[in-house]
Amino acid sequence: MNDRLAGIRQEILNGIEQHAGSRAAAFELRKQFLDSKTGKIGQMMKEMKNIAPEERAGFGKNINELKEWAQQKFSELDEKLKAKELERRYESEKIDVTMPAQKVETGNLHPVTQIRNQLMDIFAGMGFEVAQTREIEKDYYNFEALNIPKDHPARDMQDTFYLSPEFLLATQTSAAQIHTMEKKKPPIKIVAAPGKVFRSDDDATHSPMFHQMEGLVVDEKITLCDLKGMLELFAKKIFGEETTTRLRPSYFPFTEPSVEVDVSCFSCGGRGCRLCKGTGWIELLGAGIVNKKVLENCGIDSEKYSGLAFGIGLDRAAMLKYGINNVKLLFESDLRVLRQIDDN
Amino acid sequence: MLVPLSWLKEYVDIDITPQELEKKLFSCGFEVEELTEVGKEISGVVVGLVEECEPIPDTHLHVCKVNAGPHGTFQICCGADNVKAGGKFPLALVGATVYMTAKDHKTVEGTMTIKKGKLRGYESEGMLCSGVELGVSENMFPGAGYNGLLALPEEAETGADVKPMLGLDDWIFDISITANRPDCQSILGIAREVAAALDKELKEPSLEYTETEEKKEGFTVTVDAPELCPRYIGHYVSDVKIGESPLWMKRRLALVGQDAISNIVDITNYVLLEMGQPMHAFDCDYLEGNAIRVRRAGEEERLVTLDAQEYTLNSSNLVICDGVKPVALAGVMGGLNSEIRDTTTEVLFESAKFMRDNIRKTSRALGKRTDASARYEKGVDEYTVVRAMKRALHLVEELGCGRISCTHVDVNTGNSIEPREMKVSVRKVNGVLGIDVPETEILRIMRNLQFNPSISGDELTLQVPAYREDMDSYPDVAEEVIRMYGYDHVIPAFLPEAKVTMGGLDQKQKKDLKLKRALCGAGAYECIHYSFISPADLDLLRLPEDAPERNAIRLLNPINEDLSLMRTTLAASMLNAIARNQKKGNLEGRLFEMANVFIPGELPLQDYPDERDTLCIGIFGERESFFTLKGLAEKAAETLFVEFSYEPVKKPFLHPYQSAAIFFEGKEIGYLGKAAYEVSESLDLRTDAYILEIDLKALSAEYDRAASFTPLSRFSGESRDLALVMDRSVTCGQVEDVMKKSCSHIGDIRLFDVYEGSQIPADKRSMAFTVDFVPGEEAFEPDAVDRFVKKILKNLKNQLDIDLRS
Repeated sequence: MNDRLAGIRQEILNGIEQHAGSRAAAFELRKQFLDSKTGKIGQMMKEMKNIAPEERAGFGKNINELKEWAQQKFSELDEKLKAKELERRYESEKIDVTMPAQKVETGNLHPVTQIRNQLMDIFAGMGFEVAQTREIEKDYYNFEALNIPKDHPARDMQDTFYLSPEFLLATQTSAAQIHTMEKKKPPIKIVAAPGKVFRSDDDATHSPMFHQMEGLVVDEKITLCDLKGMLELFAKKIFGEETTTRLRPSYFPFTEPSVEVDVSCFSCGGRGCRLCKGTGWIELLGAGIVNKKVLENCGIDSEKYSGLAFGIGLDRAAMLKYGINNVKLLFESDLRVLRQIDDN
Repeated sequence: MLVPLSWLKEYVDIDITPQELEKKLFSCGFEVEELTEVGKEISGVVVGLVEECEPIPDTHLHVCKVNAGPHGTFQICCGADNVKAGGKFPLALVGATVYMTAKDHKTVEGTMTIKKGKLRGYESEGMLCSGVELGVSENMFPGAGYNGLLALPEEAETGADVKPMLGLDDWIFDISITANRPDCQSILGIAREVAAALDKELKEPSLEYTETEEKKEGFTVTVDAPELCPRYIGHYVSDVKIGESPLWMKRRLALVGQDAISNIVDITNYVLLEMGQPMHAFDCDYLEGNAIRVRRAGEEERLVTLDAQEYTLNSSNLVICDGVKPVALAGVMGGLNSEIRDTTTEVLFESAKFMRDNIRKTSRALGKRTDASARYEKGVDEYTVVRAMKRALHLVEELGCGRISCTHVDVNTGNSIEPREMKVSVRKVNGVLGIDVPETEILRIMRNLQFNPSISGDELTLQVPAYREDMDSYPDVAEEVIRMYGYDHVIPAFLPEAKVTMGGLDQKQKKDLKLKRALCGAGAYECIHYSFISPADLDLLRLPEDAPERNAIRLLNPINEDLSLMRTTLAASMLNAIARNQKKGNLEGRLFEMANVFIPGELPLQDYPDERDTLCIGIFGERESFFTLKGLAEKAAETLFVEFSYEPVKKPFLHPYQSAAIFFEGKEIGYLGKAAYEVSESLDLRTDAYILEIDLKALSAEYDRAASFTPLSRFSGESRDLALVMDRSVTCGQVEDVMKKSCSHIGDIRLFDVYEGSQIPADKRSMAFTVDFVPGEEAFEPDAVDRFVKKILKNLKNQLDIDLRS
């Protein structure tokens, strides 16, 4: 009987050698020997009853050894075949990793929105609230309350689109100053939510629609020094720590004194380049001490309170910051442009 | 405004370079837009004395020996007909630069550098020049207009640089003057500022003249409209001899681009430039009735102006009349009927103040803008009105072109031209600035600006010159002080005195930004389009005449028709943006815009229109579909913590079967869909486009909704798959709606399969859903979900005749 066991052992070795090229074939082969009912090793167990009782223990032990040996062999075989199969699968899935990626596209906010967010963050951090502006305004708020009476030469500074004798397209966000001061009493610290403003200008460097952001502080003892300090801080945050600021006299009917605020050219650091036309300075915004008449038009005691105001053109700021060379590009929605400005 | 340096120097000693002066002007509030050197292109041209001049046979040329003093003597070939021995002419030496002229010898065609040359075998070492070649006109130098050599006077020093004698060593400042400083719209006005900035004395031009006994008997001036003309001065001048003005005057006029006309007319122009006061001169021969009357024009009254244009006037226009008829459009232009001619022998000079608003209106209404009207629109002051007349009479005397009579009529409303006293607190002046400017500095600055200041304690007393109408209170004084003291003295501070405020964005601003960021996250790019569109854009959307979108606000003065209507929808701008992108080769992409549409209450506007902030999304390309756009709509809803529902809708610009109205809590707030093929075709779209609009203002009440946490149930939920068979007309939305209303435990419903085909009846469709049931505080009873399903199926059967698929 032990010879038959040895025969089975040889049969297994031959089987593995000759037939078992795949995991399925190996499983079939395993079944021939190790299936609990039909397997050849199992069949041998049934032979026990034909074995002399005194030899039974030894024979049983031999069968078990064979069984364990066979199990061991088949599991080794399976491991080997599994590894081979995986290898073939990997090979079959070979790709050209240099082929293009599948696009995961994230959009961008509009450059003007990006600048506006940066500005609002800065001013919100300084304690400014954000007031809303209107695109369609009354002549009174856009001009008269701001100390620009009808037929005042200052109206020539802003070519206005009219909708009716009373209504017009806002030429500046400054109307938000009046609306705010009519509703709130000092201390006031607002930046008008950057609004669309309109002037009848349409050429290479002007767009008939653009964006402004207006700031207003009204409190006791507000001075030009506050204006300079605040705008200098703001300029540094937007254009970098090394930016310096310069005030120079200007004129707006709603501020007195009025100033233009220039920042040192961030492209050349003030040495003079094409961007700053060789001057080292870039005109950034208009500002000033709120004209007493404007405060009085809003019922604010101009002896007790004073204010500062500033207005910044966002489109220009965005163009400067991102190096966009034509204002029209901001409104053409060309994806080749929009995809580039990722400063969200 | 153009200011020649040489002219400015008549009133101030300027001992700094033009570039330094430019900086000075800039820092005290006068931006120099352009600084031009007059003879910039001309160099190396000296006075040449022709010593010998021989004709070259068979040509019009001469060969000359020209003495250039220290530069040497040169052989020059010259083709001009006025070259002659003994004459002095400008000689461009070898290496000189001059203007190059065309064959006509008149048209400048760039510049050239003089080289040694040979003409007809004769060496030529330089060139004798004409006025044109040096950029000098007859008005700059007599004889410069001759089409030949520019003859220089005998006394010109041989070999000397010609630029100073021809006025080519000058600089022109083009200065922009802010609207608050009309008093600086003149050479003298700028000179005042320059003198103040440089700490120099201002040398006022002479106003002296001697009146004769000559009179115009019975002459009267009447002002019927003092509200439009608070001051009118007329002065009669007899024995006028019309002729040319002297070189110095012609040259100054030429430097600022004005042609000399005749002495009397030039005087009026000169005074306007010098003092900023428009003047007019009438030929008295043509004035009837021995009178001037300033009145409003009659309705339909006609006047022909100097330039032979006829205008029909009305009572808002001011006219100057003689005893009979209008002779000038006040402050704009004189009448042709009383124009100064060569034969004029008597002149009435006018210097007046007309109100700027009225001149502005008239000038705009008639579309007629002149140097005078431009000046009046900015505002003139009576101080200058009075002085300008004196200056003009002085010039008449200086030029010897008339006898100054004693007929001087000054009609005024009693306004003083004396300085007015103004007292301000020094503390308040410094309070505006935030720094303490030393009293001595304040006094120095205000003295330089001719305010004759004094300080007593805290009180600064000023004598404000009558031309400084802008000076009103202490902030104005602060501005004067700081612009002269220097803005670099302002020390940056950060609101040390101000109260602390909270600040920050409000809920709406935060939500708007959140929504924009969410859409960017979904691959969309934000756009900004003009708020105005073209009527053609509404046609593009195929909107019928009675569509509400057609009720748009019109601009009264649009730039052009394409920018004439305030948007009532964002769709047209978006579709145009998609079309532009496709034309540039961007064949797929996602765009969005958040902007206002403008809904008028009534037209023309009586009140503020409704500015409704609206979201518009436009997507295009092979990968997009109705459902990718719907995904973006759902993204928007999710971002704002709201839920939308959808129903099929028809819009003229959308695909009739791939568009839906968007509802929020039963209210229609927008739409989405595929662009109609008619629209795609008219835009030449190469791929399908899908568009969405949502009225965000309708959702603004929901902007306070915030993220909140619902505790997770301790009990597990259950899901059931339901395959349903229904009529093809039944929509997924209807099925989901019935299911949701049937059971409060439904968490989510997901459609996972749609089938039409042989396994179900021909007119039916099958939809298979996974329905999630979520327990609440307590676990589901064992048969609870089965009961829910049973109820759902019953309701589906009853309401929509839907069966479970067998």
